[in-house]
Amino acid sequence: MSHCAPVSLRTCLTVYLTTNLGIRGAMLFSVGVFLALVLNLLQVQRNVTLFPPDVISSIFSSAWWVPPCCGTASAIIGLLYPCIDSRLGEPHKFKREWSSVMRCVAVFVGINHASAKVDFANNVQLSLTLAALSIGLWWTFDRSRSGFGLGVSIALLATLATQLLVYNGVFHYQGLQYTSPDFLYIRSWLPCIFFAGVITMGNIGRQLALYEYKFIQEKTHQD
Amino acid sequence: MTLREQLREKISAAFYRHGLLCASYPVPIILFTSASILTCCYPLLRLPLPGTGPVEFTTGVRDYSVPSHEPQGDLGERPDWYRGPPVAYIQQVLVKAAVSPWDSSLVTVDVFRSPLSRAFSLLEEIRNHVHSDSSGIRSLETLCLQVTGLFPGLRRMQSVLPEHGCLLVSPGNYWQNQRELFDSDPDLLKTIQKHEPKGLHTSATLRDLLFGVPGKYTGVSHYNRKRVVTYTITLVLSSYDARFLGSLRARLKQLHPSANCSLRDDHMVHVHFKEEIGIAELIPLVTTYIILFAYIYFSTRKIDMVKSKWGLALAAVVTVLSSLLMSVGLCTLFGLTPTLNGGEIFPYLVVVIGLENVLVLTKSVVSTPVDLEVKLRIAQGLSNESWSIMKNMATELCIILIGYFTLVPAIQEFCLFAVVGLVSDFFLQMFFFTTVLSIDIRRMELADLNRRLPAEAGLPPPKPGPLRPREVPPPPRPSPHTITLQTPAFRNLRLPKRLRVVYFLARTRLAQRIIMVGTVIWIGILVYTDPAGIRTYLAAQVSEQSPLGDPGGGGLPPHLGVAPVFRGGDPTSTLSIHPAPDPTPLPENQSQGHHGSARITWGAEDEEGWRRLSFRHWPSLFSYYNITLAKRYISILPVIPVTVHVSPQEAIETRHPQDTRHPPPPIPKVSADLQTDLTLYKVAALGLAAGVLLVLLLFCLYRVLCPRNYGQNGVAHGRRRRGDLPCDDYGYSPPVSEISPLLLRGHSMDIECLASDGMLLASCCLAGQIRVWDAQTERHNIDFVGGATEPECLGSEARGPSVSGDGLSEEEDSYPLRHRTAPARPTLFTDQPDLTPLIDTNFTSQPPSHLSTPPREGFDFGGLVERAYIEHEPPSNSTYPSPSSASSSPPSGAQLQRRPSLGDAAAFLTQERASTAGTQATADWESSVWAMELRGNLIAAGRSSGKLELWDAVEGSLRCSNEDGVSGITALAFLNNRIVAARLNGSLDFFTVEINKPLCLLQYRGAPGRGSMPPSPCYSSEDVISCQLTRSVQCAHQKPITVLRAAAGRVVTGSQDHTVRIYRLEDSCCLFTLQGHSGGITAIYIDQTMVLASGGQDGAICLWDVLTGSRVSHVYGHRGDVTSLVCTTSCVISSGLDDLICIWDRSTGIKLYSIQQEVGCGASLGVISESLLVTGGQGCVSFWDLNFGDLLQTVYLGQSSDGQGVRQLLVLDNAAIVCDFGSELSLVYVPSVLEKLD
Repeated sequence: MSHCAPVSLRTCLTVYLTTNLGIRGAMLFSVGVFLALVLNLLQVQRNVTLFPPDVISSIFSSAWWVPPCCGTASAIIGLLYPCIDSRLGEPHKFKREWSSVMRCVAVFVGINHASAKVDFANNVQLSLTLAALSIGLWWTFDRSRSGFGLGVSIALLATLATQLLVYNGVFHYQGLQYTSPDFLYIRSWLPCIFFAGVITMGNIGRQLALYEYKFIQEKTHQD
Repeated sequence: MTLREQLREKISAAFYRHGLLCASYPVPIILFTSASILTCCYPLLRLPLPGTGPVEFTTGVRDYSVPSHEPQGDLGERPDWYRGPPVAYIQQVLVKAAVSPWDSSLVTVDVFRSPLSRAFSLLEEIRNHVHSDSSGIRSLETLCLQVTGLFPGLRRMQSVLPEHGCLLVSPGNYWQNQRELFDSDPDLLKTIQKHEPKGLHTSATLRDLLFGVPGKYTGVSHYNRKRVVTYTITLVLSSYDARFLGSLRARLKQLHPSANCSLRDDHMVHVHFKEEIGIAELIPLVTTYIILFAYIYFSTRKIDMVKSKWGLALAAVVTVLSSLLMSVGLCTLFGLTPTLNGGEIFPYLVVVIGLENVLVLTKSVVSTPVDLEVKLRIAQGLSNESWSIMKNMATELCIILIGYFTLVPAIQEFCLFAVVGLVSDFFLQMFFFTTVLSIDIRRMELADLNRRLPAEAGLPPPKPGPLRPREVPPPPRPSPHTITLQTPAFRNLRLPKRLRVVYFLARTRLAQRIIMVGTVIWIGILVYTDPAGIRTYLAAQVSEQSPLGDPGGGGLPPHLGVAPVFRGGDPTSTLSIHPAPDPTPLPENQSQGHHGSARITWGAEDEEGWRRLSFRHWPSLFSYYNITLAKRYISILPVIPVTVHVSPQEAIETRHPQDTRHPPPPIPKVSADLQTDLTLYKVAALGLAAGVLLVLLLFCLYRVLCPRNYGQNGVAHGRRRRGDLPCDDYGYSPPVSEISPLLLRGHSMDIECLASDGMLLASCCLAGQIRVWDAQTERHNIDFVGGATEPECLGSEARGPSVSGDGLSEEEDSYPLRHRTAPARPTLFTDQPDLTPLIDTNFTSQPPSHLSTPPREGFDFGGLVERAYIEHEPPSNSTYPSPSSASSSPPSGAQLQRRPSLGDAAAFLTQERASTAGTQATADWESSVWAMELRGNLIAAGRSSGKLELWDAVEGSLRCSNEDGVSGITALAFLNNRIVAARLNGSLDFFTVEINKPLCLLQYRGAPGRGSMPPSPCYSSEDVISCQLTRSVQCAHQKPITVLRAAAGRVVTGSQDHTVRIYRLEDSCCLFTLQGHSGGITAIYIDQTMVLASGGQDGAICLWDVLTGSRVSHVYGHRGDVTSLVCTTSCVISSGLDDLICIWDRSTGIKLYSIQQEVGCGASLGVISESLLVTGGQGCVSFWDLNFGDLLQTVYLGQSSDGQGVRQLLVLDNAAIVCDFGSELSLVYVPSVLEKLD
């Protein structure tokens, strides 16, 4: 095997960088798709009391393009976070361990679970609770200003986009028509869930980015 | 002292005491903790066991009334779900019908066709039944559960299940309750069968639903030997009307009396269904559990440096789990009944409580000094982390309390559990885990002790005075060198993580075991949940056996009436063809047929026949109408038994023309049995075939994908791969040791300074001796031999001996001798014998003598060479030295003096001493050397007295000295012809070395091959060298300068005053003052590329741009001083007092990873190549792969390793490493490194 010649070392690194970026993106994408499917299922449960034998199909009850969208979004977010970190020059050094990331994911699923399973007195209460939980998530696992800013802005954008889609009738939530209280219910949890999701994916992305460097070195070393 | 600090101190003191307590009485504390866990969990016994099986409650029929909604206090065992009306009342009419007496002219279809046809008339009867009394007229229509449509998505059931009106199911539903359809159906079984789902199914099938009894009890098949057909007509009632049901029961009984029926009808059973977990719920649940396990895995993986990782990880998990159990137990004790689904919230509770504290505790304890007593270690570790633990706990409690005020019941409950769980977790951590940890650490120390004993046993007694070293140590062979080859068992090798996982799996067969356990559990669950599980199966077995003993064709033991029995009864005549018109039911005439070939019996098991159904029977029936039974109950009324006897004539009349064409079951008994078995065999055979195929496929894949020589030893290509790394930890082949340290002996005290310019290596010990060694080895180990012959090595080669011996002790003895012998040559070697009085009494007593001594000793550069030499003439050291020295020293007689003190001091002394005389004059014996630098053949030594001396490294003569400064020189930099000296008082002096004659290549070292060396100035001995103070910066720093580095024309100083300053070398101009550290500077790295890294006592590492003076990044990596810093082109490596080595990305400042070293390891670092890092440890040096952070190898420097840490480590150009090792120098040559360098 030929070494990267001294001159072309930089080139080699660039090549590896992009492939590695691809791998990271793919991992994030699959995580996003998986979470979207699972969490979708949680929401389905709320609307249907009992399951017909062909329950598997209900996993895919919403539009087919939703999970890929979630996956793409999470890939973008997961790549964006470390990128912004390095741009701002303030590397994120708070709790950078896989165990912490796992904890974060678990809490995120828990927030979803709570929003799906727990009966709240009204939507305001639901919103407030979820908002508190999400902020708590951020405080516990992120604590970076960039993370917060990005989270809020993406959450707002995503909510806006969803609303637009729904109003234009492109997307019927869960294949069911919105009745108005249902609609309010959804609107009350969407931003918080988006925010928590952004934080979570950012966390995963940052953790994955930690491995980038090692990965590159490994590659060059093997050559 | 603020309140906060007071609090902090108190907490830490309390934790300290607590740690002492725990470590002192481990057993009682563990017992106490277990007892409290059990006590707290005791209330859990009262909770219902988890499971989704239905729960039953039986009441009498007579005094039945719909239970009220309000909980009534004292109703005894009445369960709390028994409130309010049930979802529905189930009334089953159990029909047993048989053609009686059996006629040999009948075909098998007759067994069930006519009995089934009776269902239609019964249905009619039931539908039309009307009960009228004073309160009005009631019919089924008014009482039954009205359904309004099937669940969408069940279109295929549309034809068989009632879509509206009364929910009334019977086998008649297959034919839409129309007798005509039934009569015209050529193949009843096919009709029934076509609705059966394909494949494996665990829930109720349509057949079960309609027949109301499990499929095999219905008797609707060609192999029904008993010729009794059983089915039920199931009425689902929405309200209970005792009178109507009573009259219905009476009417049916009257129409179809069951003679020997003694079924009790005074009990109704209420069945409560739990919430059932569907796939849709299961997936998120499984996901959360997977995340939970990942979390636990990643957390416990961080436990390190303990005796039993797994044990501690288990203890950690046990701590968390039992704290959860305690939490639930305590909450139950105080009257809070959990309403949440335990399985669902459990992962979240674990995550909230977390394993962090446990890990922090472990880490803190293992990082306490090893030499402390276990008790103290535990106590200290606890108290170190006490503040952060308390802070975390308070934060978490606050967060949870906030959650409590959301006022959402479910969240409140969760928070309550979490709070109690947190507190009990804290309790368990403090008592249970701490104690377990102390036990573990004690075990580890014991194990360490055991391991060390053999090694220590072989040690020579420390410093046996004048004893000859050669006699003392028992090396493998009598060579003057101590070459310690480590035995494989002593080597600590670490494998790449992937491999370790694979090896672990392979070693424990974990995967297989998990699969096995999983299979067993799965089977167990199947047996447990399946209604046709092991119990019923056994019962059926028993009932099958007894009739088999009965030779009679028809007679059946009355109590086993329902069990299907395959007996020898033959399906006989198939010939009679009589399409029969609709037979009118003649209930009255049926009672006679009691002694036909089929006898209808009623047994106790018929009483509650629904029990034999799947427990999902009712939920699935209701679910088809979108009614959930979860958390609700139904009431099942006593069955109404109906016995129907059909006469043979009637059976024949009911026949469909095609029935007779149906072939009789070919082989009566055996085949029937076989048939059932056959399917089993088929399945088994298919499974086996599939398995074999799979194995073959995998094998082929393996052959295709894997290289031929896989697994054979010997790597074809020269370079080693990571995968080939030795791994004796796991019992896989350890490689031959390639790294062996070479000990260079000669110093009498601990070595203080090391300097090298690639060619020569100078070392200086506390005693003030400077020794110069030939550091250069152009070739690999083996080539040393050659090296020896080279002229440059001069005397040294021959003399090799000087190195090998450890003449230290001897030297002292020999001092007096040397004096006399010294030939007064000016060539004296650089070695300065100034012993500060404290150090060596001998020396002090004879100050003049020292002068003389130094030169020779220092002079042995031949360190490396000697080894070769030794190999040549191992046996007789004593003899050779003198002659060899003489002969070897051709070029410059002067140098020869190197003293061969080792072997036989006496012989050599003569020569060596000779040289000393000349130099002494200038030498300063009163102060010790604090800093030393080596360039060319000049050694610059800075003394504690503030004196700067320049020695000739080759000749060992003092060339000049400068006493301008008074403050001790703490650091020196020697670049080109400038020397920079940093002093204790914070001033910085710039000296210029001037030579009267032009530079010339040094003869001694002037080998042509050295081109690679930086052009360092070489001075010939004739030159007059002077050292001028060109500039003195008086207040360079406020406090002592601790580090000084020079490179790329810059001088960088770091001081205890928290600042770093950059000076230009040419004009001594201060370019920048870098501020950013909050502690004294302890380490600085600068290289030709102008990258500057600094580390301080605050544990911070800063990267600076030397050109602009700006801070590039600032990271905190250590919990104490940063002790050493080096950079490669891509990363920065730092080590700290916390025994951590951190690897940072040089450009981004992100920590890539960190390596936790053993406690008390040295802080020295060196980078051999881009990917190879060397660290000094306790008596050993370790090689690390920088790409992966894996330990490649640990080389022990000597047997007496403990206690002596490697404090200084120098990487030479030729990939050799020199490090100090007490009073010895150790040269470790890493051949494999060269491969990496190319």
